[in-house]
Amino acid sequence: MADNIPKTPLLDELEKGKWPSFVTEIKMAAEKNPMAADLLGQLEQSYREKIGHWKHGGIVGVMGYGGGVIGRYSDLPKEYPNISHFHTMRINHPAGWYYTSDILRKICDIWEKHGSRLTNMHGSTGDIILLGTRTEELEPTFSDLQKIDFDIGGSGSDLRTPSCCCGMSRCEWACYDTMALTYDLTMHYQDELHRPAFPYKFKFKMSGCPNDCVASIARADMSIIGTWRDSIQINQDAVREYADRGLDIKADVIANCPGKCIDWDGKELHIDNSFCKRCMHCINVMPKALKPGKDRGATILIGSKAPIIEGAFLSSVFLPFIKIEPPYTQIKDMVDKIWDVWCEEGKNRERVGEFIQRVGLGNFLDAIEMEPVAEMVAHPRENPYVFYEEYFEEDDGEEEEESE
Amino acid sequence: MAEEKVERRTDFGPPHYEQFLPPVIKSNYGKWDFHEILKPGVMVHVSESGDKLYTVRAASGRMVSIDKIRIYCDLADKYCDGYLRFTSRHNIEFLLTKEENVDPLIADLAELGHPVGGVGNAISSIVHTQGWIHCHSAATDASGIVKCVMDDLIEYFEGTKLPGKIRIALACCLNMCGAVHCSDIAILGIHRRPPRIEHDRLNKMCEIPNVVASCPTAAIRPAEVEGNPSVEVLEERCMFCANCYTVCPSMPLNDPLNDGVSIWVGGKVSNARHEPMFSKLAIPFIPNNPPRWPEVTQAVRGIVELWAANANKYERIGEWIERIGWPKFFKMAGIEFQKEHIDDFKHAGLTYKRSTHLTF
Repeated sequence: MADNIPKTPLLDELEKGKWPSFVTEIKMAAEKNPMAADLLGQLEQSYREKIGHWKHGGIVGVMGYGGGVIGRYSDLPKEYPNISHFHTMRINHPAGWYYTSDILRKICDIWEKHGSRLTNMHGSTGDIILLGTRTEELEPTFSDLQKIDFDIGGSGSDLRTPSCCCGMSRCEWACYDTMALTYDLTMHYQDELHRPAFPYKFKFKMSGCPNDCVASIARADMSIIGTWRDSIQINQDAVREYADRGLDIKADVIANCPGKCIDWDGKELHIDNSFCKRCMHCINVMPKALKPGKDRGATILIGSKAPIIEGAFLSSVFLPFIKIEPPYTQIKDMVDKIWDVWCEEGKNRERVGEFIQRVGLGNFLDAIEMEPVAEMVAHPRENPYVFYEEYFEEDDGEEEEESE
Repeated sequence: MAEEKVERRTDFGPPHYEQFLPPVIKSNYGKWDFHEILKPGVMVHVSESGDKLYTVRAASGRMVSIDKIRIYCDLADKYCDGYLRFTSRHNIEFLLTKEENVDPLIADLAELGHPVGGVGNAISSIVHTQGWIHCHSAATDASGIVKCVMDDLIEYFEGTKLPGKIRIALACCLNMCGAVHCSDIAILGIHRRPPRIEHDRLNKMCEIPNVVASCPTAAIRPAEVEGNPSVEVLEERCMFCANCYTVCPSMPLNDPLNDGVSIWVGGKVSNARHEPMFSKLAIPFIPNNPPRWPEVTQAVRGIVELWAANANKYERIGEWIERIGWPKFFKMAGIEFQKEHIDDFKHAGLTYKRSTHLTF
C-alpha cells in the first residue's frame, strides 16, 4: 500500500518544524488506507492550485437520524476515486472529553474497519469527528458504535452536541457540575439533537466559572456560566504567603480589579463583595488563597453566534443567577418556552440571538412570560423611541370601573 | 449466511462520562482545593483530601490518525493507568497520580514529536476548522496555516514568558465553525470575489426565493439568464459572506486569485478583568501562500511580540490596545489604516471614535 502514497512535495514542507504535523498523520493513515492516500493527493493539488476540491454537501445519514453525518464528495472523483465519498460522522463525545485507553482503542478499531483511519479529536463543537467514509459504511459504522454505546451528534438545524469544561472533575473553581448538566441535557433532548426541526442550529455550552474555558459566551445560543452570590472565600494565611513569595498584591491583584473593591494593608485582604463583578481575576492570581463563594450557581446568557448572518454576537444575560441542581426543571421549562417561540416565529437560518434582536428582547420576554430585569442590559435605552403599549382616553377610568 | 442479530437502538446518547474518570477524580470530584503550574504544560491539582492529580498537556494536531491515538493509549497505559482526556483546544492531557511518571512521559512525548506546554501565560493550541482537507467553502487551508504559525511560535507554547494568556484561532471562512470572533488573534479565511453563478443549473439545484432571501445586503435578485430562471448579483453590494453559497451550491465564491486570510486582534471570552470582547480587524488581506504562508506567520509573530514587549502583566491583547488606543497600535505594528478597517455593516456608527480621548 505504501507504494500508493502519492508524491507530495508541497505538503512535505509541512512535516518540518516542531508542531505535530497533520501531514504526518495523514501519511500514517495512508500507509494502510487508500482513502487517506487519495486525500493526500487531492490536498497536494489544493496546495498547488490554492483552492479546495470538495463538492457542496449532499444529504446522507443513518436510519432514523436527520443529522450527525456530513456528506462530502470530491469534485475530482476520477483522479481520486477513493475519496469520491468522504463523509464525516459526528460522534457525541463523553462530557469533559475523558477517555480510557480501552474505549479509545475500540473506537479506533471501528474506524479502522469502516473509515479512513483519520479523526479530529475533536471538532469545534466537541464531537469526535470520524473523518471520511463511504455512504454504504455509515450504517455499519453506526451499528458498531452503538455496541460500545456511542451515539451520533448533531448537525444542521438541530440541537448541536452540548459540551462543557471539565468542571468539578478537576477544577476547584467550578461553581456547578458542568459535566452532570451536560449529560442530563444531552439525554433529555435526544430527539432535538438527532432530528433537525429548528429554524437553525442551537448550542448549549456549560462553563463552570466566569473564566469560561469553553468560550460559551461567544459561541453558544445558551451559555450557562458558573458564578456565586455570596462572598469570595479568603484564606488570609495563604494571601500573606503569596505576598511573602513576591506577589505584588497592589499591582497584580488590586489594580486589575474591575470592581475596585479590594484592599490590602500588608496583613489582611479585604473584599467588598457587594461590588465584586465575579470576574475571577483575583482568584486566578491566588488560587491557593481565594475561592468563589459557597452560594454557587450560574448566570444564563443567550444568543451568541459567529457572524453569519446578522454579524457576530456575544450572549447576553438572561437569568442573572440560578441554582443548578438536578433535575434542572427550571432550565428545561425555560428552554422549552424559548424553543416554542423561536420555532414558531423564527425565520429559516435565523439563530435565536438574531431572532431576539429582530423582535426585541422586551417582546421576546413577553412571549416566553419572563420579566425584564436590569441585569439584562449594559445600560437602558439611549433613544426616546419607546413603543408604549397603552394610552388613556378621557373616560377610560369610568369604563373600567363599569366593566368590573 | 446467518446475520448477526443486534437490536438496533437510536437516541441512546453518549456514554456516561463517569466510567472514563480515573479513580482519583471519582473520589475527589468537587473536592479540589487548589492547583499549581509546576512547569510549562504540567499542573498539579490538590484535593481537600490531600490527593494529587498531575496533568501533562501536550500539543496534538487536531487531525489525528487512529495510529496516533493508539500510541496515545499506549502512553496512557504506561504512565497513568490508561486515563487521558482532550481539551476544548485540541490538546491532549494525560492524567497521572504518580509524580515520578511526569518526566518520563514528557520524554516519550518529546520523542513522539508532541511538545508539552500551553498552560498559563502561554499560547495554547490553535482552535481551527477543516480547510481544504474537508470543506467546500474554505477560503484557505486551516491545518497548514496552524502548523506554520505554531512551528514559528513554539517557544511560547513550551514556555510561560508572556505577560498573560493569548488565544489564537483560525476559521477558513466567515461561517467560522471555530467561532474565532473573540480571540486574541484570529486568522480568518476570506473570499473577495462575488459568486460565479452557474445559470444553467441553479434552478435545478436551488430554490430561487431562498437564494434571494439569503443575502443580508439584498444584492441578489431573481433574473432570467439565457432562458434559464436564475438570479443576478449586484456586485457592488456583495460583502463576500457566502451565505448564498451555503444555501445554493450554484453560487461558488472560491477563487484562487482572490481568496486569502485576514487577521483580527483583541478578542477574549474570559470575564477576568475586562468583559468579553470581539476581535477587531488588523490586517484586511494576506494572499494564500502555501505551503508555509510566511506572510501570515510573520504577521502573527509581529503582533504577539509587540504585545509581549509592551503589555502590562496579565493584560490580554485587547486590554492592552484599549489602554494605548487603536491609532497607537496601528502605528506600533506598522500596519497601514485603510478604508477596510472602518465598519460599514449594521450599527457601524457605534464603532466610530466618539470623544477627544486621543493620544499623539
